[in-house]
Amino acid sequence: MGLAKRVIPCLDVTAGRVVKGTNFINLRDAGDPVEIARRYDEQGADELVFLDITASSDRRDIILHIVEACASQVFIPLTVGGGVRSANDVRRLLNAGADKVSMNTAAINNPDLVAETSAKVGNQCIVVAIDAKLTKPGRWTVYTHGGRTPTGIDAIEWARKAQTLGAGEILLTSMDCDGTRNGFDLKLTRAVSDALDIPVIASGGVGSLEHLAEGVIEGRADAVLAASIFHLGEYTVGQAKTHMQRRGIEVRL
Amino acid sequence: MASGVIAVVDYGMGNLRSVQQALARVAKGGDVVVTSKASVISRAERVVFPGQGAMPDCMRELDARGLRDAVLEAAKNKPFLGICIGQQMLFEYSEEGGVPGLGIFPGRVRRFPVEKMRGGDGVRLKVPHMGWNRVVQARLHPLWNGIDDGARFYFVHSYYADPADFSTVAGVTDYGLPFPSATARDNIFAIQCHPEKSAQTGLAFLSNFICWSP
Repeated sequence: MGLAKRVIPCLDVTAGRVVKGTNFINLRDAGDPVEIARRYDEQGADELVFLDITASSDRRDIILHIVEACASQVFIPLTVGGGVRSANDVRRLLNAGADKVSMNTAAINNPDLVAETSAKVGNQCIVVAIDAKLTKPGRWTVYTHGGRTPTGIDAIEWARKAQTLGAGEILLTSMDCDGTRNGFDLKLTRAVSDALDIPVIASGGVGSLEHLAEGVIEGRADAVLAASIFHLGEYTVGQAKTHMQRRGIEVRL
Repeated sequence: MASGVIAVVDYGMGNLRSVQQALARVAKGGDVVVTSKASVISRAERVVFPGQGAMPDCMRELDARGLRDAVLEAAKNKPFLGICIGQQMLFEYSEEGGVPGLGIFPGRVRRFPVEKMRGGDGVRLKVPHMGWNRVVQARLHPLWNGIDDGARFYFVHSYYADPADFSTVAGVTDYGLPFPSATARDNIFAIQCHPEKSAQTGLAFLSNFICWSP
């Protein structure tokens, strides 16, 4: 008996509301972030991830207020990402109450940002998010800007580099699977997890409780992230964990 | 009981908001103050000593702010809670950067041997040790009141304390090897995990600290 595999609901937030899209487009309103965060905490979520997908820069500070409100009511770890560009962005989110900050495009464009912030706040606070797409069998390419821009960079190589730079964790999203509800890209998850010493959160594609179990058993993920199956009330986090436990996975119940 | 000030020692390493808010939630009228003033620490009824980041930086910043003596003094006579790096700093020496700690507990801080670590299923264990793990209570202690033996707390760390005096061990966690996730002596309790991020279990633990009269 030891460390539990984590179940992490993800809240995509724009302009103060939680939304869920399919393959990075078609957003649907799913509710108030703080209320949803509190519900997930009660259901036994191990952590929460807020991804700020607000497009307009003048509304970006709304996320800080949401993080503040959430951190004063929910006493589980909170990761915040989306649009993080500078060490100052990292500092402001941590000061607002985030425990970890996730970087995606900025980390690719400026790898020094990962090194600099990690050295300053500790690698436990720095998550590098990778959006990856299958380009040929066994090879995945990193995309940036919310999945719009191919970089030509190999996802496994980038994950290794992010670890070396000082990432404490990788949030790995398969763009091919995200929003499909057909399950994680297990080959991608396994390849990245096996290549790293740091934990990997599998993301993208969960449509059933068995998908979560597969992510851990076959994908060897340290944590599994899902959005729509929880937001739309199909399953509770508790049901997800009970299912995983039945499949022999150690969880916090 | 919780009439006095609860001082959270701020030496400029990381964000103490979570610690402050979790303590405020359970303080029942107690005044939770995040401070970098030695005088506030000296007057406080009880002291929380958190830590984030790398231990060499933490030790350097503690000294840069002239807080070492106030912390050592508080650890002599008032309810004192070390959290995470705040536990590690109480030991004599850390392998992280090869720096001396405050030397309140005999022993060293060591890095998890990542290349050797395997779980029960033979799968490699990741470092940092990140997530919810069990704390097995090594002995009775007022800070464990109402908390299940083996309850899960939230951890995130790459180094662990290795005490020279086993009578200080108050809790044990298994991650590739058993390590003392809680150490205690007299008025001092120190814990590697983050009670402020450990949901109801963590709040219950902090509430016990607020009410503790060692």
